[in-house]
Amino acid sequence: MAIEVRDVNKSFGTTPVLHDVSLDVAAGSLTALLGPSGGGKSTLLRVIAGLERPDTGTVRISGVDATRLSPQRRGVGFVFQHYAAFKHLSVFRNVAFGLEIRKRPKDEIRKRVMELLELVHLEKLADRYPSQLSGGQRQRMALARALAVEPQVLLLDEPFGALDAQVRKELRTWLRRLHDEVHVTTVFVTHDQEEAIEVADTIVVLAGGEVVQTGSPGEVYDNPANPFVMRFLGPVTEIGGSLVRPHDIEISPGPVEGASPAVVSRVVRLGFEVRVEVEIGGQEAWVQVTREQADRLGLGPGDTVHVRPAPGARSLVLAL
Amino acid sequence: MAKHVLRLVAVAYVLFLLVLPVMLIIWRTFGDGLAPFAEALTSPSALHAFKVTLTVAGWAVVANTVFGVGTALLLVRHEFPGKRLLGAFIDLPMAVSPVVVGLALILVYGRFSPFGGLLESWGIQVIFSTPGMVLATVFVALPLVVRAVVPVLEELGDEQEQAAHTLGASRLQTFLRITLPGIRWALGYGIVLCLARSLGEYGAVAVVSGRLVDQTQTLTLFVEERFQNFDQPAAFAAATALALIAVVTLLLTKLLRPKDRIDGN
Repeated sequence: MAIEVRDVNKSFGTTPVLHDVSLDVAAGSLTALLGPSGGGKSTLLRVIAGLERPDTGTVRISGVDATRLSPQRRGVGFVFQHYAAFKHLSVFRNVAFGLEIRKRPKDEIRKRVMELLELVHLEKLADRYPSQLSGGQRQRMALARALAVEPQVLLLDEPFGALDAQVRKELRTWLRRLHDEVHVTTVFVTHDQEEAIEVADTIVVLAGGEVVQTGSPGEVYDNPANPFVMRFLGPVTEIGGSLVRPHDIEISPGPVEGASPAVVSRVVRLGFEVRVEVEIGGQEAWVQVTREQADRLGLGPGDTVHVRPAPGARSLVLAL
Repeated sequence: MAKHVLRLVAVAYVLFLLVLPVMLIIWRTFGDGLAPFAEALTSPSALHAFKVTLTVAGWAVVANTVFGVGTALLLVRHEFPGKRLLGAFIDLPMAVSPVVVGLALILVYGRFSPFGGLLESWGIQVIFSTPGMVLATVFVALPLVVRAVVPVLEELGDEQEQAAHTLGASRLQTFLRITLPGIRWALGYGIVLCLARSLGEYGAVAVVSGRLVDQTQTLTLFVEERFQNFDQPAAFAAATALALIAVVTLLLTKLLRPKDRIDGN
């Protein structure tokens, strides 16, 4: 295991932030810490990096007990949400920082920094200053800077959180490809379930300072441990006391076995998908169908239809 | 109409309070050409006063720079009991009259106080000597570096420092390579202000120095003493020299200030 976190507790003053958190991160994996804000995921990442000290519990990195080690000696690379670029240093010197601290020979530094700048596509901007870069470029620079010291683990705290939607999507794909090239054990924090599912190979869901579920994106999406995880990982709606994904609901014009009658209240067309809002015995719910299905059914407000969870669909019974 | 009246009041205010007195001093200084000016400033007493002023101001600036940066880091980066109290104490010299500061120093370090007596028995004379004048100057110029550096440190945040730590930098390396370059313009501004304040200090130094001519006489004390002794050319020459130094430091602060804004965005 690259990272082993055991029974970590952490409070800020009287506010508990992490409660008995244990976590294993496999070497070479790309793990997402996913959860709502205030769930403790950034604090957990900072505990792993040594930027916060846990009240109790241990952190082992590559088999070595790192609980009492300073961040300086942990061999971790850390990327901050707001880049933490060294404003007074050029892109080249930013990336070279860790190597200069380690007093490596000048030639070696030059070679390694240029390699890394090529990896993050910034080789032409080596002499620029951070203030002359866009947000996405700054974050790629920060990533190259963290990778320069060949860290045992790479930790990213909401790395795309400060970027606009377009750049965010680009960088996600790019991070995934980078990881496939470099293979360094990577943990990143995000509150965006789409980002976690797209990029990570393991998702750890954190809420209220506790690990709620760990698994591959498929497992966590399809077999959520509880209604909270199901709600957090994707859209849900409620039918007959169960939580169901809106794309896992069948609509039919006539009565079908196990279906309940519903009245269509609104039909919203969102490009290729259509959102059908219905009322089932006074309860509001919605169903996601393709445009083709919607056209075939010819749905309009006021129509009566029959809805049921698709056979084999995962649903969670809500405790009443 | 109101605008014109306001403008007239402002101009008259500045004219009578600032421009006229300074112009008159310069006019009186150079009224008989440059030679008397040079002569007055190169007399042994004047040269000695220059030396004392530079020595006292130099040490005071060094002490306040080290203390100022340390205190600013403490106030911005750390939480500890009594932090607000420390913050309030830093501003005390702004409020307390320098004369009071001088008297207080005599009470603590004077020959007849227990502590001062102890130091005296070790051969260290504080009052009526350079150490006391440095202490007095340090006290009156205390807040200047701290107050210049604190807002910039706050704006800088600690993420760059944390990033440096994770990249393997020690605390000292982080301070020298990241923090110090981040605050360099603000620090320069604070140092120049501190220097200007130290060079011009009169009240506290007057009390603790004992005004011993050719021994503990600073330039400001020299001006006052020459004026009292009806040696007006020397008094005006030294006053003009002080004013010129002030103008130069003021220009320096103007040069340093706008750069900070560029640096900080």
